[in-house]
Amino acid sequence: MIVLKGATVWQGGEDFRTLDVVVEDERIAELREGVATPSGADVLDCSGAVVAPGFVDLHVHLREPGSGDDETIATGSAAAALGGYTAVCAMPNTDPPADSAAVVEMIHRRGREVGLVDVHPIGAITAGRAGERLAAMGEMHRSSARVRLFSDDGDPVPTAHLMRRAMEYARTFDAVLIEHAEDPSMRGGHMHEGEVSALLGLPGIPAEAEEICILRDLALLKLTGSRLHIAHLSTSQGAAAVRAAKAAGLPVTCEVTPHHLALTDDALRGFDPAFKVAPPLRSSEHVKALKEAVADGTVDAIATDHAPHAPHRKDREFDHAPCGMLGLETALGVAVAELVEPGICGLGRVLELMSTGPARILGDDAQGRTPAPGAPANLTVLDPTSVWTVDPAALASASRNTPFAGRKLVGRVVHTMLRGRLTVRDGEVTR
Amino acid sequence: MSRPERRHLLSITDLERDELEDVLRNAEGFEEIGARPIKKVPTLRGRTVVNLFYENSTRTRVSFEIAAKRLSADVVNVAAAASSVAKGESLRDTARTLLAMGADAIVLRHPSAGAPDLLARSVDATVINAGDGAHEHPTQAALDLYTVRRRLGTLEGLRVGIVGDIAHSRVARSVTLGFRRMGASVTVVGPPTMIPLGVSALGCDVSHDLDAVLPTLDVLYLLRLQRERHMEALIPSEREFVALYGVDSRRVEALPDHAVILHPGPMNRGVEISWDAAESGRTLIVDQVSAGVAVRMSLLYHLLGQSPAAEVAS
Amino acid sequence: MEPDDIRRAVTRIAHEICERNRGAAGVVLVGIRTRGAVVASRLAGAIERIEGVRPPLGSLDITLYRDDIATRGPLPVGSTDVPDPSGRVAVLVDDVLYTGRTVRAALDALTDLGRPTAVQLAVLVDRGHRELPIRADFVGRNLPTSGREDVRVLLEETDGQEGVEIHEPA
Repeated sequence: MIVLKGATVWQGGEDFRTLDVVVEDERIAELREGVATPSGADVLDCSGAVVAPGFVDLHVHLREPGSGDDETIATGSAAAALGGYTAVCAMPNTDPPADSAAVVEMIHRRGREVGLVDVHPIGAITAGRAGERLAAMGEMHRSSARVRLFSDDGDPVPTAHLMRRAMEYARTFDAVLIEHAEDPSMRGGHMHEGEVSALLGLPGIPAEAEEICILRDLALLKLTGSRLHIAHLSTSQGAAAVRAAKAAGLPVTCEVTPHHLALTDDALRGFDPAFKVAPPLRSSEHVKALKEAVADGTVDAIATDHAPHAPHRKDREFDHAPCGMLGLETALGVAVAELVEPGICGLGRVLELMSTGPARILGDDAQGRTPAPGAPANLTVLDPTSVWTVDPAALASASRNTPFAGRKLVGRVVHTMLRGRLTVRDGEVTR
Repeated sequence: MSRPERRHLLSITDLERDELEDVLRNAEGFEEIGARPIKKVPTLRGRTVVNLFYENSTRTRVSFEIAAKRLSADVVNVAAAASSVAKGESLRDTARTLLAMGADAIVLRHPSAGAPDLLARSVDATVINAGDGAHEHPTQAALDLYTVRRRLGTLEGLRVGIVGDIAHSRVARSVTLGFRRMGASVTVVGPPTMIPLGVSALGCDVSHDLDAVLPTLDVLYLLRLQRERHMEALIPSEREFVALYGVDSRRVEALPDHAVILHPGPMNRGVEISWDAAESGRTLIVDQVSAGVAVRMSLLYHLLGQSPAAEVAS
Repeated sequence: MEPDDIRRAVTRIAHEICERNRGAAGVVLVGIRTRGAVVASRLAGAIERIEGVRPPLGSLDITLYRDDIATRGPLPVGSTDVPDPSGRVAVLVDDVLYTGRTVRAALDALTDLGRPTAVQLAVLVDRGHRELPIRADFVGRNLPTSGREDVRVLLEETDGQEGVEIHEPA
C-alpha cells in the first residue's frame, strides 16, 4: 500500500482538491481527506505537490530495433518515467521498421520487460515505410501488441490515392492514422522558409507545405469516414484547418510539441543543429497561433516527438545534421513555462493535454483517468512551481540533443506510478 | 588584467559601421605596401593562418595567402575535399588538429551554410568565412565596398542594383548587408523565383524589371548564373534569363555615365554579361581583384591585430 | 618649451644637419607620423633657407612595424610616402624620443623601403628612459622626466598651438 498524503489532486478542468490518495493492488483504493495511515504502508508526503494521471506521449522515437547509439527502449523508458509518463507510443521508423507483427510484438514485449512505462508500438502505414503499398495493418492489430495507431512518421503518405486506401482499410479495425503533414514535393528545406532563412541562406520549407497536406488529408477523411490525427502541428494555417474541420464534425485530432510552443526560427541564427527539427521551428506568428489553438481546444494533446540523436550524428554541419530533439524529460517544464506561467491556459488544461487527451486518442482506458476510487493507479506527482535548469548530461536519455540546455523550466515530476508501483521516486528511477 | 574577446568574421554584419570604416581606410595603407619593392611588413609575424578550403577556389585562396604573407604571417593551405564531408570526417576534428599545430586563424570555405559558425564554436582560433554555402562571403563584400568607394569617392547614398539568383547567392547576401551598413540603398533584381520569400529581412528593395532599374543606379552588381538552375524550375531556360536579365551593350548604355559594373567572378560571358559589355570599360572586375589582397590584409590586421593570448595591462 | 624655443631649435638642428653632412645634397628627411612629419617639413624649409636647396621629404607610418600590436590591438594605419632612400643619408625625424621603440620600428620600415648609406636621428625633445640602445644625433631640448609623466609636443599644423606640455598622471 502506498499513501500520497496531502496532495493537491486534479479532478478535471481547473478543479484541484487537497486529498490523500491510497493506492493498493494496482488501483486507487481511497481518495479522501484525513486517511489514517496503517503501519507498513509506504507514506509519501505530497503537500504542495499535484497528483495527476500519468502522462501519455503519442509520439516518441525509441530507436529500437536499431543501433542503440541514440536510444533504446530501456533508456527511453527511463526518460519517459522521469518525465511523468506511464504510457508512450513508439513511432515505427526503426531499423528494421515496425511494419509487421514480429517487430511490433518485439517492441511491446521489450517495453514490458523494462517495466517502467507502457510502450505502445505504432505500426507503419506503408510496407517498409516506402510509401508504395499498405503495410500489414491487420496483422499488427491482431498481434499481442494490439496496434491501433499507424503512421509513416518521418515522412508523409506520399500520394492522395494511397492515403485514401490506407484510411479506408484502417476502418476495418477502427484504427487512427497519424499523419506527418508535409507535401512531399515541397520538402528539401532545412528550416522554416521566412525572414530568418533569407538571412541564413538555407533552403526553407514553407508553412504551406504543412497546410496543403492537412487539407488533402481532411478532404480524404471526409471521403472515407476514417480517423485522422495530425502529428506535430506547427503552423497557423494548419491550426485553422483543423479548427474548421472539427467545427464541421470531422473525426480529426491533433498534437503540438513543447518545442513548437517554446521556440521560434530565431533560434537558428548561429546555425546550431540542436534547433534543427521536422517540422521546423517556425516564426513567432505561428507559435502564437499554436498557443491560441491550445487555449481554445483545437489541440487535443501535447506530444514530444522525442527524437534522440547521438552527439557524433547531431553535432555537425547544419545541412548534414539529422532533424530531431529530445523531449520526454522536459515536456512538463516547458508546457508550464510556456502556457501556464504566461496565463495562456491553466495547469488543468496542460494536464488534460498530457494525459486524458492523448489517452483518448490512444484508446487505452487504463490511462489518462481522472483520479477517482477504483481507477487504475497510473499517476504522476509533480511540483508545478519548481524552477530548474536543464543539464543535458544529467538526462536519462542515451543522447544529449535537447534544445533547452541551460534553460530554466517550471514544473518538475517528483514521483511516477505505473499500475500502483513507483517507477520514479523523488526524481530518480526506482529500478 | 583583461583578455580581449576573440573576434570572428562569419558575416559582414559582424563588423559595425565604424569598424568597416576603419577596415576600408586602413586598406589604402595596405594597398601602398603592394607598390613597394619589398611587399612585406612584420605586423603578423609569428602568427599562423590556415586556409581550409572545402571548395575549389584558386582566386580567393591565393588572395588570402598573399595577404597573410605580406603581413609576415605563416600560411598553411589545406585543400579538404568535399567528399571528406560526405564521409563524415568531422570539421571539428580537422580544426582541432590544425589548432594543435598552432593555427591562430582559420580561413574557411565550405559548401555548408553555417560551417564557419560550427568552427567558431569548436576551436579557439579566429575564424574567417571565405564563403559558406549560400549564406555569406563577407571578404568579397568588403573588397567590393573598397573598390566602389575608391572609384566613386563615397558609399553613403549610393544606389546599388544586384542582379541574378539572389536566393542562392552568398555574395548577394553579404553585398546587400554590407552596402546597407555603409549607408547605400540596394535593389535586388531577378525573377520572383530567385528572390527569397523573406527578402525584407535584408532591408533592400525588390524589382523584377531590370530595364526600369538601370537608369537609377550608381553601381550595377552582376551575379553568376549557375548553369543547373533551370533544372529546379526557377527559370524556364538560360536563354530566357539572358533575355530578361542579361546585361549587354544596350543595357550598359542605359546606365548613368558615372555608374560602374561589378562582378564577383568568374564571369559567364554570354550569360549574365555579354562579351561586349564585359569589354565596355565600365566594369571594375580587375580593380576588385587587386583590391582583394589589400582588403584581406586589412581584415586580417583588424581581426588578428590583437592577440587574445596576450594580456592587456589595465 | 615656448613657441619661440621650438622655432630656434628647428633652426639650430637644420644647421647641425647641414654641418654634419656637409650640406644637404644626398640627404633625405623622413618624418615619423604624425608630428615627426610636421617637424621634418619645417626642417626641410629651414634647410632650404640655409642651403638654397630643399631636401627630399617623406613621411613614414610605423603602425605596422610596432612591437606592441599584440597587446594594443589594431591601430589605424596611416599612409607612407617616402622617396627611395637608397644611396642617401636618411635623417629620421620625430617630435619626442623616449623608449626608442618607435625609432626601432622606423628603422625596420626604412630598411624595407631601400638601403640608405647612413641613418641619423633628429628629435625635438629627448626625455630619456631609453629601453633600447638608440641615441639621437640632433636634439632640440633634453627634458629629464619621470616615467610616470606624459610629454606632449603641440604643433600648429596638428594641434592648433605650439609648445611642449608635461602632464602628471591623475
